[in-house]
Amino acid sequence: MVAVAMVFLRVRDLFAAAMLFAIYSLLSAALFAVLDAGDVALTEAAVGAGISTLLILAVLTLTRRHEHVVQGHNWVALLVVLVTGAALIYATLDLPEFGLASNPVHGYPGSYYTTQSYPDMGVPNMVAAVLASYRSIDTMGEVFVIFAAGLGVYTLLGRRPQRIKRRPSNDNEGGHDG
Amino acid sequence: MVENGILRIIARFLIPLIMLFGLYIQFHGEYSPGGGFQAGVVVAAGWILFVLIYGLEAGLKVIPERAMLVLAALGALLYAITGLFGVILGGRYLDFYPLLPGKHAAQQFGIITVEFGVGVTVATVVMLIFTYFARRKDEWIAAEQDEDAQP
Repeated sequence: MVAVAMVFLRVRDLFAAAMLFAIYSLLSAALFAVLDAGDVALTEAAVGAGISTLLILAVLTLTRRHEHVVQGHNWVALLVVLVTGAALIYATLDLPEFGLASNPVHGYPGSYYTTQSYPDMGVPNMVAAVLASYRSIDTMGEVFVIFAAGLGVYTLLGRRPQRIKRRPSNDNEGGHDG
Repeated sequence: MVENGILRIIARFLIPLIMLFGLYIQFHGEYSPGGGFQAGVVVAAGWILFVLIYGLEAGLKVIPERAMLVLAALGALLYAITGLFGVILGGRYLDFYPLLPGKHAAQQFGIITVEFGVGVTVATVVMLIFTYFARRKDEWIAAEQDEDAQP
């Protein structure tokens, strides 16, 4: 994954970048599968490697294939990245030890779900029980977010363009990169 | 891409399998990994593969744009209305226990219903977004030709 991310930074061809993005997603899906998180792995494989890549490719048909080459270095950006990275690494020192039984994640709600979700629901897949029943209102919010996203794309792109201002390079205008 | 034989044969073989797998993770989601979100995305991916092979016109004949918009709204509404039924039958919002007499049966019925709503909404919204992006290029070309035709 680190190697793919490094290549991803160097590549200027957007089509290759989209493919690398899919490979990265597939690798993280494999990582989730190794960690026994079947639901997350399935989601990552379907959404990250599948649909996101397809949508990126659909957008790529509307734009140019190569990125602009940026001259020089952006030192402010490097400073921001270094400070943020150092802060995150410093924060990991406070994290509890990996896999310790007294970690907060093994505390009240988690242990309740693992022991009580089958007697409560009769549903063997705990993830489905938590998502659809215990945390049902959150999931409804997610559904409405997706619906709102669809409506947003509809309002932006649903109508046929009436008039287009002609420019020398008309396949690189703003306003359709959302 | 219709004339490419290899692509057509493989797609003809794969699309039913993708759809079947989508239905499987939709309705088997409470026993094995999966659920509405994943199933919706997988079904939409099958449809997008169909569009890539046979073109957007054929894809919109399978499911018209208006049907997608209506189904996206209906899926979200199915979720919300299932929650309302819990209130009407004497529980809290999105409480599934009052829906059916058996405790486990009620929860399973509620979970399957709301997951179906999730699946329908996710599938149709993904199809819609893809349709709009895929159609954009042709619309630009058409609009430019119209402008050129005018004096």
